Amino acid sequence: MENARFFGEGLTYLNPSDLKGKLIAIEGTDGVGRSTHIEMLQEWLEVQGYGVVTTGWTRSNLMSKTIEVAKKGNILDRWSFSLLYATDFADRLEHQVIPALRAGFIVLSDRYVYTAFARDLVRSGDPAWIRNVFGFALVPDLVCYLRMDVDTLALRVIESKGMNYWESGMDLRLSGDLFDSFKKYQSLLIEEFDKMAEEFHFEVVDARKSPEEIQNALRSKIQPVLKNGQTMKA
Amino acid sequence: MTPPLVTFNHSHPYPGKLIIVEGIDGSGKSTQLMLLRKWLESQGHNVFFTEWNSSELVRDTTKRGKKSKALTPTTFSLLHATDFASRLFHQILPPLKAGMIVLADRYAYTAFARDAVRGVSRSWVRKVYDFAVRPDMAFYFRVPIEIAIDRLLGGTRAQIKYYEAGMDMGLSQDITESFRIFQSRILAEYDKIVEEYGLIVMDARRDIEGQQNEMRQLVSKALAQYKPRRGTYGKRTLFWRRFDLPKPE
Repeated sequence: MENARFFGEGLTYLNPSDLKGKLIAIEGTDGVGRSTHIEMLQEWLEVQGYGVVTTGWTRSNLMSKTIEVAKKGNILDRWSFSLLYATDFADRLEHQVIPALRAGFIVLSDRYVYTAFARDLVRSGDPAWIRNVFGFALVPDLVCYLRMDVDTLALRVIESKGMNYWESGMDLRLSGDLFDSFKKYQSLLIEEFDKMAEEFHFEVVDARKSPEEIQNALRSKIQPVLKNGQTMKA
Repeated sequence: MTPPLVTFNHSHPYPGKLIIVEGIDGSGKSTQLMLLRKWLESQGHNVFFTEWNSSELVRDTTKRGKKSKALTPTTFSLLHATDFASRLFHQILPPLKAGMIVLADRYAYTAFARDAVRGVSRSWVRKVYDFAVRPDMAFYFRVPIEIAIDRLLGGTRAQIKYYEAGMDMGLSQDITESFRIFQSRILAEYDKIVEEYGLIVMDARRDIEGQQNEMRQLVSKALAQYKPRRGTYGKRTLFWRRFDLPKPE
């Protein structure tokens, strides 16, 4: 990332100019298959000789346990939730992502700030605050958005692990019924992701296709980012 | 959809009153707030009290982070913001909406001062706290650094804590010296904040009773138009039982 920059303000004590690696984010709503594809991408990149570090939502040492406890009903307001996720994100950014980028790794991020933007916006209707909060985040080199329509998504989620309270947005009280709430909530999220896809120039990948086709599409989006970069010492 | 809260630069529309105190460690602000609480309660008010970094969930995380020294200025700031948001939602807004008096030991201004000294962007931290409501009265207890040190070393606590002294910033190996440097910078930040937000400045060098008398006069003037509201006499309200303050360890 030769011209690394932050979304807004925040990490004034940190200079992002010497980040040699590449930051690639894979976005998409719950259950579209992000983690499977990230695993395959990592394998593909490592075979080519690139160093790869993966990072994912709520996986920080500092916060992962805390967020689990919060989700069990110990915190219920949207500000606290968004701030818990922001803390987790900041911890991973400073302890995992930036050191890896500095060392020349490719960082594959399972979800990125856009997930927080979408979730908060659906609850508040106001994009300004959450975007300011995540002002300290690095703008990624590439964002791939795995897009799936809500009907296909609902079928997929039921077939795999089933619907849960948070993925159905039950806290929003859109419906008392889990299935109806899931569809309404995920539709709202997809709508926000679609808008952000234009605003932030996501590479959109149709997640309804076969895994092979999706993986190939992802690789073709990622390849140009690698070639232009200085990561590979051939 | 939840309606957005009044932004931090506007006063809240609720019938209750929010009174907060600010100041560095050793300024005596907590003592003053405790005395104010006694007085308000003796006047028959139902008073709710909340203090900085006290929500159970976040406090444990902060403690863990402090212990392993894994906190960065940004995660330190965001954890405190999370704690604040949680307390605002659970402890501050419900009694304000019900028309009661809420006393807070430290408020968002503490974050503005400390986080700026730790190197976080001043405008970023203000934007993070934009969801907060503006207090009805905000007292700042201004004290020279030497008096604060004397009080901390000679007084009730007889020791200075690691993060209070800003030991994480590597300012000095000596904890008292580190405290002096760190808290002096915080004092300078507070001076800017006092102007920016119009805090009421109290001369914290004076004796306890003198300060308390002045504080009570100011509060009683501010409460002149206030109509107290209470639940049942002699019984804690349902709200109070649900969100009882966690006991400090």
